[in-house]
Amino acid sequence: MEPSLARYIWTHTRKQQIWILMIVLLSMIPYFMSFDLPKLIVNGPIQGKGFEQPGATLPFMKLHYNLPFIGEVQFFSGFQLDRKETLLALSLVFLLLVVINGLFKLYINTYKGRLGERMLRRIRFDLIDRVLRFPPIYFKRVKSAEVATMVKDEVEPLGGFIGDAFLQPVLLGGQALTAMLFIMVQNVWLGMIAMVIVIIQIVLIPRMRRRLLVLGRQRQLTARALSGRVGEIVDGIGAVHVHDTSNYERADIAARLGLIFKIRFDLYQWKFMVKFLNNFLAQLTPFLFYMIGGYLVIGGRLDVGQLVAVIGAYKDLPGPMKELIDWDQDRQDVQVKYQQVVEQFTVEDIIAPGIAALAIDDPGPMTKPLSAVGLSMADDGGAMLLNRVSMQVKPAETVALVSTPTGGAEALAEAFARLNWPESGKVASGADDLLELPEAVTGRRMSYASSDVFLFQASLRDNLLYGLKHAPLTSVTYDGTAADQQRWNMDEARRSGNPDFDVHSDWIDYASAGATGPHDLFEAVRRVLDAVLLSRDILDLGLRSSADLTRHTKLAGRIVELRAALRTRLEQEGLRELVVPFEPGAYNTEATIGQNLLFGAAAGPELADKALAANPYFASVLKQAGLDSTLYEMGMEIAEQAIELFADLPPDHQFFQQLAFMSAEEIPAYETLLQRLKNRPYEAVSEADRAMIITLSFAYIEPRHRFGLLTDELMSKIVAARNRFYENLPPELHNAIERYDPAKYIAAATVMDNVLFGRVGNNHPDAPDRIRSIVYDILDELGLYAELLDVGLDFNVGAGGRRLTSGQRQKLDVARALLKRPDFLILNRPLSALDQRIQDKVLRNVLEEARRDGHSPAIVWVVTSPAMAMMFDRVIVFDSGQLVEDGTHETLLAENGIFKELLS
Amino acid sequence: MLLKDEVGMLQRVPLFSGIEPAKLKLLAFTSDRVNYSAGQILFRQGDEADAAYVILSGRADILVDSDSGPIKVAELLPNSIVGEIAILCNSSRTATVSAASDLEALRIRKDHFLRLMKEFPEMTIEILRVLADRLSHTTADLIDARSA
Repeated sequence: MEPSLARYIWTHTRKQQIWILMIVLLSMIPYFMSFDLPKLIVNGPIQGKGFEQPGATLPFMKLHYNLPFIGEVQFFSGFQLDRKETLLALSLVFLLLVVINGLFKLYINTYKGRLGERMLRRIRFDLIDRVLRFPPIYFKRVKSAEVATMVKDEVEPLGGFIGDAFLQPVLLGGQALTAMLFIMVQNVWLGMIAMVIVIIQIVLIPRMRRRLLVLGRQRQLTARALSGRVGEIVDGIGAVHVHDTSNYERADIAARLGLIFKIRFDLYQWKFMVKFLNNFLAQLTPFLFYMIGGYLVIGGRLDVGQLVAVIGAYKDLPGPMKELIDWDQDRQDVQVKYQQVVEQFTVEDIIAPGIAALAIDDPGPMTKPLSAVGLSMADDGGAMLLNRVSMQVKPAETVALVSTPTGGAEALAEAFARLNWPESGKVASGADDLLELPEAVTGRRMSYASSDVFLFQASLRDNLLYGLKHAPLTSVTYDGTAADQQRWNMDEARRSGNPDFDVHSDWIDYASAGATGPHDLFEAVRRVLDAVLLSRDILDLGLRSSADLTRHTKLAGRIVELRAALRTRLEQEGLRELVVPFEPGAYNTEATIGQNLLFGAAAGPELADKALAANPYFASVLKQAGLDSTLYEMGMEIAEQAIELFADLPPDHQFFQQLAFMSAEEIPAYETLLQRLKNRPYEAVSEADRAMIITLSFAYIEPRHRFGLLTDELMSKIVAARNRFYENLPPELHNAIERYDPAKYIAAATVMDNVLFGRVGNNHPDAPDRIRSIVYDILDELGLYAELLDVGLDFNVGAGGRRLTSGQRQKLDVARALLKRPDFLILNRPLSALDQRIQDKVLRNVLEEARRDGHSPAIVWVVTSPAMAMMFDRVIVFDSGQLVEDGTHETLLAENGIFKELLS
Repeated sequence: MLLKDEVGMLQRVPLFSGIEPAKLKLLAFTSDRVNYSAGQILFRQGDEADAAYVILSGRADILVDSDSGPIKVAELLPNSIVGEIAILCNSSRTATVSAASDLEALRIRKDHFLRLMKEFPEMTIEILRVLADRLSHTTADLIDARSA
């Protein structure tokens, strides 16, 4: 990148800078006219100069000029206006000039602002573009949070500066020079004094500011390091807690903040010191004028008028001077920031822009063998991982790489995937160096999965399809305002040197997944998920999440059918007692009292969880049904029992998971509440306390908790209260609750709850598992399996995929690599988090899936256990960075070499 | 059957007889009440041991796999505990337990059981006593068998 900020700005905004300068110069004309006008108004119509005779008129807007050689030329003789008319006309001109000046200012500021923002956008894009082209080794040394701060915060001030970069010095310099000249004209000696002081300012102040720049650079570096550390703490929070090092982190952060404070405080001290000196110098000049000028006047060598004029003119000098010096400070400041950032982003061996150029067309298959030629790989410390290895993988060949712990097979796989660059030698596809092939070829025709998986914080679907998003394949048509907006977006992108790819286009390369479009992609997705044994996990996720009814209309449409099918099935298998269904007129003994009262899913915060008992409408319903005091007594009983059982346990005791009524933290509060309320009549208890106690009863399930608190009478009262609740439901609560309706899908509830439409009995330990497999069967029978899988694919995987287990993440990575249907599939210990039995199964599935429909990709698999090698055409064994054996499974077994040793 | 009745039942189990009722109530509360009908399996031989069971009502058979199919080796009556050995020594189930009639049981999860032992030494000592007792019986049986 361009190391000098000024040149960077000039290269990209030359035309605009010149244009805005012209506009500013043009704006000077009305600006100076508006200075002259008040004098005209006061002297003319107000004081009556030129209107001495009653009824006298003067010409207005008379245009005449004295041209050289030609003499006076009159273009327009003007309107003849009397005194009042002239006043009105001149005042209107004044108003007009005010408007014109304002508009100029508006235009100039907007233009400068836009110029700055465009440049900021360009710089940020350039930086990220470079990040995308950094060589792999760079990422081992840099903290992601530091890169993010550089792109986001450190270049931010540049935007504000760019508009003024060239304009400000020209303007302010001009103003200062004019004032200086004026003083000179009045009196040379006084002018010289002013000049000397200005020179001192110009020389001394920037010199003093040098220290400010040094401090500024330190400030930037320490702040960047701080954000790097903060990022590290967040990413490594597990390690911090596991090792009880949070106080070490606190100390480290405090020390860093202390350093930053010191730097910033030094900075302030210097800044105000410099400011003080600058102001002092500026004020020194009038002092000298008064003293020396006064002396001269007394001596009769200078007349008073001149002195006053000089002092008056000097008033205009410090302003521009100060601003000019400030501008210079800004310039140096942003220059430092810019250089700092550019230094960080200037690295050797940056990937050439052409390698990752956008390619819409399918690059065609890789038909040549993939080979390592004298390949050596080293780790960051320079230790050799792979030492001059030469080998070749032919198309359609399946190769197992077996490695001793120091073998280096992983390094070879990483080299094939371009993730690490060779120390010497090369990886080649046919005769071409792999690193010189466009990523459009290797990224589409090869795929790679390893044990080290990175997932983006998005849905499972997005992560799975990520490997297919190479290029915007469709052009989206926009209409109306969207079209204008789109045109504007693209136009602005180009002006800032950003690419004009449409992110809303369909980027998914369906063809490479063997599909023709969105409608049949799902088949391919399902096959790869089945192959890596991830479908079941995703189905489980689907069952546990609530479906987006705008997408998954089939589920909602067939819910009645589903529920009926489940009932029939349970009946057939003699499992009817496993699920107690919700029935509008009956109490469900396996559900909580709260669920029985509400008989619906809370869709908003008003009636959810703890807010329910405190809701005024709900409380009034309980009162009318005569339930409030009963439930209160029940709550008191539960509180007593819970406290008796749990009060002695430490708050982190695992038994608290069994206590549904309150959390461990709430126990002390309930203990005091119980003390206070004991023996107090219900009527004397405050509303808030009542709600606290009644809430406890809502979590009660008789068969589970077995306190013996639920009677038949209470159950029928609760069902009556339920009906009453819905009869008079106030309109503001209509959206807060979705009533259970056997014929309706409940959007706020999970898919599982919707299908069950009841509660699983608490007394059957294996009921949840059995019911789940029955539900899957039914969904499959009704053709809704795909729909549920689709619901599961909506699951957000969390930051870095942390909401999935490491096994699930690895499976997803393999599925993603498979989905692309590559010519070369490189798998680097891809399933290390799974047990051997599952690994074997996935291995078999993957080999089969990869060769579906007559495809025959080459597969290079770094296996975790030598026994897995049996499934491959060819086995290559690595030891100490060397290729030691190469052959088929049988020949290697016969050789009695390392492979056989590893197997035993 | 209510929680307090279960406590009464637990007190009659020799293993828990020395433990104060309040702790037994906690044990009962944190355990799951499970129902089986005749023929249903509580756990199978070879399964991972995750819980112990106290029979509250009904009967269960202890079956051991053999070449000629499962052999019934013992019968469980109310107030007996089963499956506690396997959760103590982290081994898998040494026998299958199946309900011989409608059966009500209390399922005590492994981690809860171990936690209780850690917290209430009197319970641990009681368990030790029972185990030692069984061991001496087994030793006596072994001597009988050898000398026979």
